[in-house]
Amino acid sequence: MYKLLLSWRYLRTRWIAVASIISVTLGVATMIIVNAVMDGFTAEMYNRLHGILSDVVVESHSLSGIPDPAWHQQQILEVLGDDIVGMTAAVRVPAMLNFRVRGEWVTQQVMAIGIDEKSYADVSDFSKFLLHPANRDQLSFQLREDGFDEPLPTSGWQHRRLRVGYERAYREQLEQTERTREARFRKQTSHVVPESLRFDEPDHVAMASAEEPAKDTVPADMPDEAPAAAPAAAPVAADTAEASPRLPLDSEASPPLASPPVAGSVADPFRRSRDEDEEPQAVFDEMSEQHTGIVLGIAIASVRHRNPDNSVMNYFLARPGDDVQITFPTSGQPPKAVTGTFTIVDCYQSKMSEYDSMFAFMPIEKLQQMRGMIDPESGVPSVTSIQLKLRPGVDLNAARDKLRARFPTDQFAYRIDTWRDLQGPLLAAVQMETTILNILLFLIIAVAGFGILATFFMIVVEKTRDIGILKALGAPSQGVMSIFLNYGLALGVLGSGMGMVLGLLFVTFINEIASVIESMLGQELFDPTVYYFQKIPTIINPLMVVWVVAGAIVIAVLASVLPSLRAARLHPVEALRYE
Amino acid sequence: MASQLQALGSVPSLALRVSKGQPESSSAVLLGANNLFKSYRKGSHIVPVLKGVDFQVRPAEFVAIVGQSGSGKSTLLHLLGTLDAPDSGEVHFEGKRIDNLRYSSRDQLRNRCFGMIFQSYHLLPELSTLENVVMPLMISQRALPYWWNRRGYLERAAHLLEIVGLGHRLAHKPRELSGGEMQRAAIARALIANPRVLLADEPTGNLDQDTGAEILEILKTLNRRDQLTIVMVTHDNAIAAQADRIVRLAEGRVVQL
Repeated sequence: MYKLLLSWRYLRTRWIAVASIISVTLGVATMIIVNAVMDGFTAEMYNRLHGILSDVVVESHSLSGIPDPAWHQQQILEVLGDDIVGMTAAVRVPAMLNFRVRGEWVTQQVMAIGIDEKSYADVSDFSKFLLHPANRDQLSFQLREDGFDEPLPTSGWQHRRLRVGYERAYREQLEQTERTREARFRKQTSHVVPESLRFDEPDHVAMASAEEPAKDTVPADMPDEAPAAAPAAAPVAADTAEASPRLPLDSEASPPLASPPVAGSVADPFRRSRDEDEEPQAVFDEMSEQHTGIVLGIAIASVRHRNPDNSVMNYFLARPGDDVQITFPTSGQPPKAVTGTFTIVDCYQSKMSEYDSMFAFMPIEKLQQMRGMIDPESGVPSVTSIQLKLRPGVDLNAARDKLRARFPTDQFAYRIDTWRDLQGPLLAAVQMETTILNILLFLIIAVAGFGILATFFMIVVEKTRDIGILKALGAPSQGVMSIFLNYGLALGVLGSGMGMVLGLLFVTFINEIASVIESMLGQELFDPTVYYFQKIPTIINPLMVVWVVAGAIVIAVLASVLPSLRAARLHPVEALRYE
Repeated sequence: MASQLQALGSVPSLALRVSKGQPESSSAVLLGANNLFKSYRKGSHIVPVLKGVDFQVRPAEFVAIVGQSGSGKSTLLHLLGTLDAPDSGEVHFEGKRIDNLRYSSRDQLRNRCFGMIFQSYHLLPELSTLENVVMPLMISQRALPYWWNRRGYLERAAHLLEIVGLGHRLAHKPRELSGGEMQRAAIARALIANPRVLLADEPTGNLDQDTGAEILEILKTLNRRDQLTIVMVTHDNAIAAQADRIVRLAEGRVVQL
């Protein structure tokens, strides 16, 4: 009884005890907060990493792939049986993606993945990340009208019609300009100029005539190309004007091929490619038709940056409704590059930048056909990978090992991996980070423990006389010892209890706290352009909390053992004499 | 003060009859020491304090041990009270040797059979007067039985404090009490477990003459009326003179008068 009473009294009357409690509190709170945030980040990362990957992938080393996928799927089914929830075949091939931005061709390196739009959703969460609600239900490579989610701007058919209409109007205007200019040019060169004025006058006139129509007809929203066209046209016009004496004076008689092609090719550098494009246009109407659909990662064709007002903006270089060209190697030997035009039908945002900037999904049949993966004799297309989704809770590594045993490396040139193997280095790094962080944080609590140790030695010295009194009154050594052990326990329990409450409160309101800190520091703690999330993810693992609290209590008690032993060993007579 | 004690002494339920049931014959030795030797180590050389001391107390006797500083009188008291163990020699209590008992038995002996008071009172500063007085009971009882009986114990402690004239200071902390009041509280604490012997180490040493006299009066009353055996150490001959018998120590030996 006296042990509890005295422990309690010492606790209540010693400010130094408060310091110990606070050190334990801070240690425990920090550990809980950091663990919750780390768990949150890790879970978020696992989700993202796993996001569009299937559980287990059987992938061919060669670009020509796995022949007869049906037989392989049959074998896999036999090996894994009921564990399989979904299975799909896919073609993965490195590719180059080209698209036009303001007249420039932009090339991106991507991984073209041919998927079966029906069964691919069975093996991965890919469809969850699509930006069109209808595509999330069932992916379709047909372009949708509109209704894409944020952050996509107006996309789909609506955008496509708008864009095509715009482009056509622009071309129309460009051609119109050209025609006007040509007409004037002809008129001018046909004009008989007096010999005396021939060297300065025509120059001036030619300049004016070349610039004027350009100013009038260039559309306001395309300012980049107008100046380029005008100065380019001017010297040519001057040239021709200067050279005009050598030309036949009667320009009507001159062959129309001679001057217009020269002038035209300089004034409109895109004319040539446009002319080529126009060939399929005879059968392909961009307004109402699309090429084969393709789904791009959101980071492939967009730039994310920050506005002056601190809001984060996505600028889309290409969006659903736009056309892109993809170049990839054929499956033959040596591989040759083939190029196809595709229409973006949707984008996906897995929030995993590695995936979002890398993967382009397209119908598997198209890819197989273009790459020549269809066996000309049997007509069976081959695939480069077979992707599996297993029942939740199935040991992925065991399943992988079973498959590896079925398709040994010396007979089959396949790589069989779980998604964790594919992201192994990253996951290992995160795991190591978590472990090291925990060790470091536990050292914090250990420091608090040494603080308790020092505090307790002080208290024991301060209480030496009281210890002597208690012994004189017949208190056994164990009793004296347990006073201080109880004291340590009380410190540990109080400190870690408060730390637990503080930590859990902090974790619960972490986003509010972060915004307060941000407003105080004027600096963003979690940059959305980097982390892709607005809120800090946290997961409170009850077991972790229990471990941290228990660990802190144990450390507090351990730290009080030495001082307690010292107190217990004090000689009563010497303790009584202590002043 | 004495009148107050007398008045309270008439209360029949006074639970201080320590010597009750003890044979009245004064021949039996209650607490005795035979040929005690004790030395302390001070640095490299050994300082002998007691050099063969014999000492006996009979039941209901009030003995004063006097001597100058360094004569070993406090050490003798500590040995008698089992706070320390002699280098050689024996200490007997009720005919049994107690100096070589196990620690736990000696703890129990101090708790139940000896009451001790000290020159500097030695109250626990964090506890109230009442809690200080009841402390020996807290030590002897386990937490749960103590909790069950705490009311009776506290009443008993309050009663004892009234006897020593401190009934109005139950909830005060020791630092709020005067020296005399603290010594009274210490006496009450020494009495709470119904001890057989009261060992007093310079009980008046830190007090002025009047207060010292009052404390001594309390001790004499306890001895006379309740037959409490008292061994008191003092350097003051005048105070020692109030005791039934005086044992004089000089240079670690008993001086025959």
